[in-house]
Amino acid sequence: MIAADNAAANARPAGPSARPVVAVRGVAKLFSNGTLALQNVDLDIGRHQFMSLLGPSGCGKSTLLRMIAGLGSASAGTIDWPEADHDAHGAALPRLSFVFQEPTLMPWASAIKNVMLPLKLAGVPKEERRARAAEALAMVGLGAFENAYPRELSGGMKMRVSIARGMVTKPDVLLMDEPFAALDEITRFKLNNDLLELWHASNFTVVFVTHSVFESVYLSQRIVVMAARPGRIIADLDTAAPYPRAPDYRTSPLYNDHCRRASQALEVAMGHALGAH
Amino acid sequence: MAEAARPAITIGDDAPPVILQHKRVLGVSVATWPKILMPLAVGILALAGWELAVRLQGIPVYILPGPILIAKTMVADWGTLSGSLWITLSISLAALSAAVVLGVSLSVLFAQSKWVELSFFPYAVILQVTPIVAIAPLIIIWVNDVKLSLLICAWIVAFFPILSNTTLGLNSADHNLLNLFQLYKATRFQTLMNLRLPSALPYFLGGLKISGGLALIGAVVAEFVAGTGGSQSGLAYRILESGYQLRIPRMFAALFMISISGIVIFMCLSLLSHLALRRWHESALKREN
Repeated sequence: MIAADNAAANARPAGPSARPVVAVRGVAKLFSNGTLALQNVDLDIGRHQFMSLLGPSGCGKSTLLRMIAGLGSASAGTIDWPEADHDAHGAALPRLSFVFQEPTLMPWASAIKNVMLPLKLAGVPKEERRARAAEALAMVGLGAFENAYPRELSGGMKMRVSIARGMVTKPDVLLMDEPFAALDEITRFKLNNDLLELWHASNFTVVFVTHSVFESVYLSQRIVVMAARPGRIIADLDTAAPYPRAPDYRTSPLYNDHCRRASQALEVAMGHALGAH
Repeated sequence: MAEAARPAITIGDDAPPVILQHKRVLGVSVATWPKILMPLAVGILALAGWELAVRLQGIPVYILPGPILIAKTMVADWGTLSGSLWITLSISLAALSAAVVLGVSLSVLFAQSKWVELSFFPYAVILQVTPIVAIAPLIIIWVNDVKLSLLICAWIVAFFPILSNTTLGLNSADHNLLNLFQLYKATRFQTLMNLRLPSALPYFLGGLKISGGLALIGAVVAEFVAGTGGSQSGLAYRILESGYQLRIPRMFAALFMISISGIVIFMCLSLLSHLALRRWHESALKREN
């Protein structure tokens, strides 16, 4: 690691417990085609933290996020949830949600039915899930679009529905895999602000995968930079700045300083990737 | 926290979407009328040309009757023909229903396990590629009840498109949505009901449209092979019988009724497909440019 800032201390006050929400220990992932996607990854993610995973394509950031989500198992190492409930077999039952790069909505269901899905799968009674889904849709500003079908919504609005679906279960951890990468810049800035507002008003942890230095600096308190071949963490940057962050943060010296450090770390990451050839 | 309490969107997204209403004549939108009138005009022109050719050339009735004579025969023989029409239709529809029930059940079974699909799918293909004319005599010998044997033949022909399309559809569910269902710890049954079956619906309806016509063809072909007479005969036997008796106008009348039945079945299934998909599927949507 070239820069091991004390990122955990930067997390917002976390109540009596200072234990991490997720503890990744010595995780490796070897794909069946022989690619070493991840090697020896150690990562603690604190409660209420807004953390970004930044890195070039193929650095394993999405793979790591999916493994944290429980989609795919680690070839070595462990991913623990010290704070979460555990079932009778000792398996963790973290309350998490996932937002994909595409909105990933069911095209045959209206916006509210899409948002109701996680509650339906959890067996929540019909009236309650309708009320909670309506609340989540209102929270992302789509109160008037409950009965619209995904095809009737713009790209940004579809992504809002996807975020509402993630929020409706009131998760402890929201995992986001380049959620705004396919959107235009104006929509992306708007959604960045709305996401920060949601996060600031609630008390969940965000793990945000991106390949944009500016987006990661604008959003997060902490940026973990990864390099490829094999995928590993090479820097852990503290990007503290007061919230709520307004657009003028984008022009402040502090923001520029964070961006410079993140870009340097990313350059090192790219150098590692190139050197591997 | 006053800042956080306001809704996340402040731009003018709150207005409900505007839906344009098209002008309607007799309950059908103005844009749709040409789609009805054009094929109708082509049909009327073709029939008029046929009638004219028959009259001008003086073609004898036992070679080619004109459409007016065929229509008259249809009315005159309606008693016999309608009974046969009903029998052919009931066999076709029963075969189609059986094809839907068994095709969908089997494809759901296939979707549960790749091994089941790999083991059984080749036999479904064998059933499909074996010519029905070749095996119909066997089925008629094996099954005592003629009507049941006709139904089995029609079912064999109609079954495969539904099985094959629905299987493809069940396996075409969006991978990220499958991941999402896994993340929320959905059971197999929940995933089937909420994700795989809705994903398969457009594919199933596509298969159903093909199978509707095939069920009718299967029923007619099997009856040609069976060739049994009596009061319980379908339209295929009426064609055979009229051929033997050189009642060519009646033969054409029966043929017309089969064609019209096929068209009606296709139109009903297309309507069903449109109603089921119009809110969301690309096939039922108008391009916006």
